Amino acid sequence: MKPFGYLRAGSVEEAVRAGADHPGARYLGGGTNLVDLMKLGVEQPPLLIDVGRLPLDRIEERPDGGLRIGALVRNSELAAAAPVRDRYPALSQAVLAGASGQLRNTATTGGNLLQRTRCTYFQDTSKPCNKREPGTGCPAREGAHRDLAVIGHSEHCVATQPSDMAVALAALDATVHLHGPEGEREVPVTEFHRLPGDRPERDTVLRPGELITAIELPPARAAAHSCFRKARDRASFAFALVSVAAVLEVRDGAIQYAALAFGGLAHRPWRARAAEEVLVGAPATQGTFGRAADAELTAARPLPENGFKVPLARNLTVGVLADLAARD
Amino acid sequence: MTHDPFPQGTPPHPLGNPVARREGREKVTGAARYAAEHTPPDCAYAWPVPATFARARITGVETSEALALPGVCAVLTHENAPRLDSTDDPTLALLQEDRVPHRGWYVALVVADSLEAARDAASAVRVTYESADHDVRFRAGHPGLYEPESVNGGFPGIRERGNFEAAYAASLIKLDATYSIPPLHNHPMEPHASTAWWDDGHLTVYDSSQGATRVRDDLAALFKIGKGEVTVVSEHVGGGFGSKGTPRPQVVLAAMAALHTGRPVKLALPRGQMAAVVGHRAPTIQRVRIGATTEGVITALAHEIITYTSTVSEFVEQAAVPARVMYAAPHSRTAHRVTALDVPSPSWMRAPGEAPGMYALESAVDELAVLLDIDPVELRVHNEPETEPDSGRPFSSRHLVGCLREGANRFGWLPRDPRPAVRREGDLLVGTGVAASTYPVFLAGSVAEAHADADGGYRIRLNATDIGTGARTVLAQIAAAALGASSEERVQIEIGNSDLPPAMLAGGSAGTGSWGWAVHRACTELAARLRDHTGPLPAEGVTVTADTGQEAAAKSPYARHAFGAQFAEVQVDTVTGEIRVRRLLGMFAAGHILNPRTARSQFIGGMTMGLGMALTESSGLDAAFGDFAERDLASYHVPACADVPAIEAHWLDERDPHLNPMGSKGIGEIGIVGTAAAIGNAVHHATGVRLRDLPLTPDKVLPHL
Repeated sequence: MKPFGYLRAGSVEEAVRAGADHPGARYLGGGTNLVDLMKLGVEQPPLLIDVGRLPLDRIEERPDGGLRIGALVRNSELAAAAPVRDRYPALSQAVLAGASGQLRNTATTGGNLLQRTRCTYFQDTSKPCNKREPGTGCPAREGAHRDLAVIGHSEHCVATQPSDMAVALAALDATVHLHGPEGEREVPVTEFHRLPGDRPERDTVLRPGELITAIELPPARAAAHSCFRKARDRASFAFALVSVAAVLEVRDGAIQYAALAFGGLAHRPWRARAAEEVLVGAPATQGTFGRAADAELTAARPLPENGFKVPLARNLTVGVLADLAARD
Repeated sequence: MTHDPFPQGTPPHPLGNPVARREGREKVTGAARYAAEHTPPDCAYAWPVPATFARARITGVETSEALALPGVCAVLTHENAPRLDSTDDPTLALLQEDRVPHRGWYVALVVADSLEAARDAASAVRVTYESADHDVRFRAGHPGLYEPESVNGGFPGIRERGNFEAAYAASLIKLDATYSIPPLHNHPMEPHASTAWWDDGHLTVYDSSQGATRVRDDLAALFKIGKGEVTVVSEHVGGGFGSKGTPRPQVVLAAMAALHTGRPVKLALPRGQMAAVVGHRAPTIQRVRIGATTEGVITALAHEIITYTSTVSEFVEQAAVPARVMYAAPHSRTAHRVTALDVPSPSWMRAPGEAPGMYALESAVDELAVLLDIDPVELRVHNEPETEPDSGRPFSSRHLVGCLREGANRFGWLPRDPRPAVRREGDLLVGTGVAASTYPVFLAGSVAEAHADADGGYRIRLNATDIGTGARTVLAQIAAAALGASSEERVQIEIGNSDLPPAMLAGGSAGTGSWGWAVHRACTELAARLRDHTGPLPAEGVTVTADTGQEAAAKSPYARHAFGAQFAEVQVDTVTGEIRVRRLLGMFAAGHILNPRTARSQFIGGMTMGLGMALTESSGLDAAFGDFAERDLASYHVPACADVPAIEAHWLDERDPHLNPMGSKGIGEIGIVGTAAAIGNAVHHATGVRLRDLPLTPDKVLPHL
C-alpha cells in the first residue's frame, strides 16, 4: 500500500475543489471496493477525499413522484426504504442480491455504481491488464474468463461491470447526478458506464473531479411491475453470472411497456433496447419473451468458457417476464 | 476389553456430556490471542515477495529501492538469508537458492517497522529471472504420469487382488465411469501467521499451527539448534484443515527475519498468497469400473486415480485407498499415477484420499444401482464385506449398514420413486441421493502430565492443539472421567506450547484419541496414587506423567475405521442451472462420542465443506501464468450460510473396545467424506443427468436441462 493523503471534505464544493486540484485523487465513500484495491496495489491514489460525512445520505420524494437517492445512502438503507420496496421492487431486490449484509451496511449508492470489475487479471498487479495498465494486453481472452463479458466487449478488454444495483437502475431509467469543477450535470445510468473499446481504462463517463451526488428515479409506472433476478454460483456473496432487471406493463394480454437490463454480460449494465422493441405491442407470451431475448442476444460474442451465459440470459429473461406478466 | 476403562467414574461422569467450549467467551469477545495478535516490543513486520514465473532461475534481486523507503529494515533474498539445514520437507527450503519451482514461490522477504511499509517496499523489490517453458496443464494422458511406490499416508500405490480384468470382462453388468475434481483450497479463516523472536540463542514463535511439537522439531533442524532452544506456541488456531499440519513458510520466514534483523518479526500471509504456498488438494481424474451380477453383487472393482504433484516434493492424494475398505469384491485393482508439474505443492486437505476418492466410488455405486434398478441403500447393504477387503483383517467395528438404515429412517428416504426427473415444482426439479462415508482411525503416541494440587484441583499438561474443535474441553472431560470427578470444572488444561510434553498434532482425525489416551493413562495412575495416599497432599501436589508411545505404535490386528451415511435432497433450477441443497443429513458411527456439542459442530462443518466441494468450490491453474486464478474468498466460493439451509448430524453410539480407553474414533474428517457424492446422486435423481466433473456450477448443469 502506497502512502496517501487524507482529506475529510466539509462540503460538496470543497470535495470537488480538492478533487480537481489533485489529479488521481479518489473520493472515499464506504471504501468496500476502493480500500481493497489499494491494498492490492491496483489503486494508488495520492489523496483520499473522504466524502462520507457530506449531507448526501437521504432518500427524498420528488414533486413529480420520482425519488432522489443521495449518493451516500447505504445499500442496506436503500434496499429497506419503503418507497423503494413499494414502487421500485427491482431495485430493492438487486441491492439485496449483492455482496453481504456487512458490506451492504457500509457500501454507498454512489460507490456501488463505481465498483470496479472483479476480473482476476485486473486485480493482480503482477499480470498485464489493459484496464489497469493500458497497452499491456488482455490475458483474460485466453485465460480465466468464465465470469466475463459476452457482449459489447473489445479485443482490449472483456471485463464485466459487477454491480447488481446498476442493472436495476438501468431498467428503471435512473439518472446520475454529478457535481464537478465545472458545475452540475445529469447522465442517464445507461450512459454512465462505457463500453471498453480501445479505452478500457475508463469505466465511466465521469470527468476528472466529478462527484456523484445522487441517483434520481423517475416516477414508477403505476400499472407496471418490476423485478430483479440473479443467477450465481452460491446462494449469497457471489457476483452475478447473469442477472436481469425488468419492468413490464401488460394490458389485455398485450405489452404496453417493457424495460429490460442485463448484468454480468458486459462492461456496463446492458439495457436491452432490441428486446424491448420486440416486446412493446406484442402479446405477453413465452414466444414473445423468447424472441425478445434472442433479438438482444444475437449480438453476443461469447468466449470459449462463457458461452453458457447466453442461454442463461435467455432463460432468465423468459422466466422473469413470464413471472411479471402473470402478476396482472 | 474386559474391564471398565473408567472405573473411577461415578456415573454419570462428564464424558459424553455436551459441555460448552471452555474458551468460547474469550473467542467471541476477541480476548483469545491468535499468532499474529502478539506484538512484542520493537516488533517488525514482514511481507513476502512471490515469484512471477512458474519455472525460472533468479538472475538478480535489486533491493536498493526498497531499502531506501522509510521504515524498511531489511530485504532477505537467497543471497543474504540465513542458511538453513535441509529437512524432509523441501517446501521449507526458503530463500536458499535461485531456483523458482512454481509461480508464487517466495523469492524475497521485506522487513519493516510497519505492515504498510513492508507491503509497499515489497512492490519495490525488483527481481529478474531467466524463465523456461512451464507446464501446469494437468490432464489425462499426461506424458509425465508415473506409478508412485507409495501414496500419502504410506499406503502402497497399487493393490491388486484376484484378476480384475478377467472378472470384469466376464461380468454381466459393467459400469465404467470417470470423475474429476479440480484443485481445492483449505482456506482456514485465520491465515497462516507467525510472530518470532530470538533471545540469547533461544527462538520463540507464536505460530498458527496444528501441532507445535512438529514445528519446533523442524525449526530446530532448519536452524541447526537443539529442540530445547526453540519454543513454539499455538494457543488458539483459527482452523487449518490440514494446511497447518506441518510448518509452513511463514514460520520459517519469520524466524529467519528475526534472526537477520535481531528484532521480533511478525508475518501473516495475505489471503491472496496462500493458495501457492500452504498446500492444497491436488486435482484428481478417477476412473471407476465395477462388474456385478444382475442381483447386485459386486464381483470386480477397479478404482484408478491420476493426480499431480509439484517438482518440489512428491505428494500423492491417496484417492483409491478407500476402495480397499468399502465393499466386498473378490477381484479388485486400486492404483494411483501422478505427474510432477510446475505447480504449487499440494498437501493435506481435510480427509485427503477419502474426500475425493469416495466422491468417485460412491457416485459409481449409485450409477450401478440405477443400472440394476436396485435401491442404492440396498445395493450397499448387499456388498457389505465380512472383513476388510484389502487386508482380510476383521473390523474392530463397522456399522455402515446401521448408518444407512437409521439415516434412511430419519431422512425419510422411503418411499422413494427411483425414476429420475419426475419430481417437478414449477421450474424446479427435486431429487434425493445417498452416499457412504468412511475415515480410518489413526492414533499416535503422546505424553501427558497429570497433576493434583494440594487443594483438590487438577492440572493436565500436554502439547495438544485446539484448532477450533474444543480440544481443551474434551480433554478436561476425559481427565475428569478418569480421575473419578463428576465434573470437569476443577481440571485445568494446558495445551498449545511445545515446552509442554510432546503430543500428536491436531490432524488425521487423531488428536482427541491420541491425546485422550495419554491423558487417560496419566489420570488413571494419578487417581491410583491419590487413592493410596494418606493424609494431606504435599504442598507441591502430586504429578504423574504417561507416555503412550509404545501402545500407540503397536499394530492393531483389527481394521479400524469410522463409517457413515449421508443423505441429500436437492433442487435444480431448470431456468438457471442453479443447484441448492434443501436438506443434508449425516448418520455416523465413530465410536463413543465424547462431547455431542463439539462433535456435531465437527460433523456439520465437514458436511458443509463437502457441500462446497460438490457445488461451489473450484480452482484452476492459469495455463499462461501458472498460478491459481481463484485466490480470494470472493472468487473461491466456500459455501455461505444461505447455501446450507437444513443440515443435521446424528450418530450411533458405537462401542468398540479396540481403539483407545475412551472408545473413540476421530470425527474431524469423516463429515466431508461422501457429501459430494450424495449431492451429485441427488442431482441425477432430480434431473436424470449424471454430471461427473465437480463442482456442479450452473455453467455445467444448464446445458443438460
